[in-house]
Amino acid sequence: MVQIATRQAYGETLAKLGEANKDIVVLDADLSKSTMTTHFAKKFPERFFNMGIAEQNLYGAAAGLSTTGKTVFASTFAIFAAGRAFEIIRNAICYSRLNVKICATHSGVTVGEDGGSHQAIEDIAAMRALPNMTVLCPSDAVSTEAAIKKAAEMDGPVYVRLGRLAVDVLYNQEDFHYEIGKAITLRPGKDMTIIATGFMVHEALKAVDLLAQKGIEARLIDMHTIKPLDKDIIIQAAKETGAIVTAEEHNIIGGLGSAVAEVLAENYPVKMKRVGLKDHFGESGKPLELIKKFNLTAEDIVEAALQLK
Amino acid sequence: MSMDYNHLKETAAEIRKSIIESVYSAASGHPGGSLSAVEILTALYFEKMDVDIHNPKKKDRDRFVLSKGHATPVLYSTLAEKGFFDKGLLTTFRKTGSILQGHPDMKKVPGVDMSTGSLGQGFSAAVGMALGLKLDKSNKRVYALLGDGEQQEGLVWEAAMSASHYKLDNLTLFIDFNGLQIDGKNEEVLNINPLPEKWKAFGWHVLEIDGHSFEEIFRAIEIAENTKMIPTVIIARTIKGKGVSFMEGDAGWHGKAPNDEEYKIAMQELGGE
Repeated sequence: MVQIATRQAYGETLAKLGEANKDIVVLDADLSKSTMTTHFAKKFPERFFNMGIAEQNLYGAAAGLSTTGKTVFASTFAIFAAGRAFEIIRNAICYSRLNVKICATHSGVTVGEDGGSHQAIEDIAAMRALPNMTVLCPSDAVSTEAAIKKAAEMDGPVYVRLGRLAVDVLYNQEDFHYEIGKAITLRPGKDMTIIATGFMVHEALKAVDLLAQKGIEARLIDMHTIKPLDKDIIIQAAKETGAIVTAEEHNIIGGLGSAVAEVLAENYPVKMKRVGLKDHFGESGKPLELIKKFNLTAEDIVEAALQLK
Repeated sequence: MSMDYNHLKETAAEIRKSIIESVYSAASGHPGGSLSAVEILTALYFEKMDVDIHNPKKKDRDRFVLSKGHATPVLYSTLAEKGFFDKGLLTTFRKTGSILQGHPDMKKVPGVDMSTGSLGQGFSAAVGMALGLKLDKSNKRVYALLGDGEQQEGLVWEAAMSASHYKLDNLTLFIDFNGLQIDGKNEEVLNINPLPEKWKAFGWHVLEIDGHSFEEIFRAIEIAENTKMIPTVIIARTIKGKGVSFMEGDAGWHGKAPNDEEYKIAMQELGGE
């Protein structure tokens, strides 16, 4: 199966979009070869600005550029975007609802060898707490392309959480329908529901098969939009399947699991389990070894699911 | 323009009265660093900048960013004096429901080009604006006003480095160098000197002027306009609280409103009723 990192799909999509949309301007902070904005930079050097290793100015300048009518994509690693530049994103971008797309790569522990200092595990929590912010977390290349196109079309700030690791392509370009805020049911199922986002959608797919072998029909939802969250699909899943497991490559505090729990608690409480990092930092290692070490595999999702039965 | 600048001096006097009026009615706000920047904003809005009060967001315009965002009284008073909104609104400053937020909000106030308040961010945004205007091959200019205490923010130097790297000669900064910040003198809180050498080292064209002299302000702006390939910073020596005797040179008036008696004295000194 073809494997493509979501960051790769992001870079290629930007380069495509730049042709028709002359208002797109791209900024990076000395990581263009890793965030893949280099694809755009090579094609449209006059509309690409390397801001150097200065993430606060990356987002401050992006805010100012957007006020001149540009659609600004500004990229760095998730830890430096949502972390280091948090308050710039809040006050310079979100406060005035400016048209800046914060496309942050290298999220989660699948960053791998760089270790815990470089693995953003709290960015979803930080970004979804910001008024005016839209938060997207695509799982594969096809949905990343769709997410970037929609982000470019809409006016206002968007945070797009992207990964380093090459992952399977889950969707068919030809019949793929994507709407911000509308989750995708990847597998039907009546016994319980797994709601996953980003990289963990891949593990969740395997978990659905493992559960099927045990006679459990699990529904799988790809929650590609963290905010605005698709409340209807969550409530419907709670009503129809009675149990929910969330799966994310993020701290279990404040991320997808928390967001789903908020919806359930206020609308239709059912038993749930959150698969994610149990409030600790990541570390160096091979990505697939790390997800085992931190209990982020299909088997871990299955175990959580079985605890709910 | 007559060389004695009498008309602008009258405008500046009106703006100073509005500053005291708005801070007094809000019973909070930042008079000191507003009064120090009156001549700079008056020169920009009443002489230099191409802005349209009937179409404040027109694409092709000069832009001003109040990077020292707490000096809203001077920005709002100047915009009101210019006619962007009714002067009567100034007494709603900082009150619940008012468009005149404590710090500038570009979505609420006609004529405000950037929301600011968190120091360093306005300057960074001004760099982005200047890049955008260059991309559009516009001949319009971007002005930003920074505080002296603001020089302590790391973001200022990130932005400074990027502006010279991208040769943003359409960007002109003013530094309101009154020497005082909330906790006292700059050199006692955290020394920012020597400023001209720092800015030169970051690749900027540096000018030093008396920030209360219209003649020097205009001369500096003209030099900036004619300086190509590098951005210009105008270090303006000013007096915090300028125009109100008991506020002048006193860091205590950074963020404090006058009481009834102080208000009366201030307005008398400024030639108000």
